[in-house]
Amino acid sequence: MSGLQAAWAIARKDLRTELRTKESINAAASFALVILVLFSFAFDLGREELYAISGGLLWLVYSFAGALIVNRGFAREVPNDCLDVLLASPAPSWALFLGKSVSAFCLLVIVEAISLPVFGLFYNIRWTQNVGPLVLVILLATWGITVVGTAFSAVTVNVRLRELMLPVLLYPVLIPLLIGAMGTTTALFGGEALTGDNAAPLKLLVGFDAIYTALSLYLIEYVLIV
Amino acid sequence: MREKATYLLAILAAVVMIGNLHTVFTQLPDEAMQGAVYRIIFIHVPAAINADIFFTIALVTAILFLATKNFVYDSITVSCVEVGAMLTFLNLVTGSIWGRNQWGVWWAWDLRMTGQLMCFLLYMGYLLVRPAIAEPTQRATMSSIISIFAYADIPLVLMAIRLPNVRTQHPGPVLETGTLAPEFRGPFAIGILAMFLISSALVLVRLHQESAQREIDSLRRELHAR
Repeated sequence: MSGLQAAWAIARKDLRTELRTKESINAAASFALVILVLFSFAFDLGREELYAISGGLLWLVYSFAGALIVNRGFAREVPNDCLDVLLASPAPSWALFLGKSVSAFCLLVIVEAISLPVFGLFYNIRWTQNVGPLVLVILLATWGITVVGTAFSAVTVNVRLRELMLPVLLYPVLIPLLIGAMGTTTALFGGEALTGDNAAPLKLLVGFDAIYTALSLYLIEYVLIV
Repeated sequence: MREKATYLLAILAAVVMIGNLHTVFTQLPDEAMQGAVYRIIFIHVPAAINADIFFTIALVTAILFLATKNFVYDSITVSCVEVGAMLTFLNLVTGSIWGRNQWGVWWAWDLRMTGQLMCFLLYMGYLLVRPAIAEPTQRATMSSIISIFAYADIPLVLMAIRLPNVRTQHPGPVLETGTLAPEFRGPFAIGILAMFLISSALVLVRLHQESAQREIDSLRRELHAR
């Protein structure tokens, strides 16, 4: 079994477990909805102001939900020593990591797909006018969130106060990604095209994804096998 | 011998720093636009430059630790990160004071400042996670990985703050743009050197503490083994 096949097997295993129990997806989706409701009380804005901060709002919701999902990635393997068994299996560490990242990515995309229409509905944002580029931005930034999140979930899996440490580590690293995603998403909600100045953050997203995917795949061996 | 070297370095650092402050406060003229407050750059900029130097050393020693598993490298990493975080804090505080005087606000969400704050938060994450991991090898490995992840973020932050549409009111970097007047250049360079000497002395003190800590830990383990 090659590494990629092993990664795919791990991803399928995780997704199947999750779709049967629905524990983190339910929690993340309801959390996302609660934050969306809370924001409506926090800000009392006119239409134009709302458009100006719409990308920021959406990505705050997504990154909060993302932290909930990636936190479960390696933590779910701790009871019954499942993590040790996975490490003892012939699958290389990077395949284990890749599988976990892919499953977290799929789950987060599902949560995002649920909360985007609700966001549009609650805040009266017309997100459908630029769907293609919007999906591209969402997928790129979501991969960034899940790849860094899964790597840190492996780092913190044996740490005391795991649930507290993950966000402390994760959000500062995600800031450049979120700056890029928030700016582009706001522009897309405003009906602007993804060209010229609006395309520059895309390079940042691609660069972020490439750097952290490579770094995580390379370093995960040291994280998991201490 | 090592203690003597530390003391000597500290004394040398103090002499250079005080001598330079004397020059800065008594011999240099006020700046044409800003008056007396411009003198903060002789602390503000050297702190930032030295923070970068120590974070870079921390990156190199983190990689060396992963490659060799020699705990000396881990001690150097943690010492450099602590001193670097302190310098970043100094940079933020002095910048904030200057901003209050010149811009009328303590803090502007200028992305150059946000970048520096984020750098501070990234390395605070490193310092927070360390005490939460009890096992020494695991602690050293995880924190090395966190410091590599943190460092990889810095170029991305630099990219994010140079995105089009990003507003900045921070003065241009004096070194890149070459706008520093000739009579300021000498004290400026000595300021960087003085800050480097002070920080190196602090790193040596911390290294000494770390090696004493390791010794105590190993004695304790030996005692428990009996």
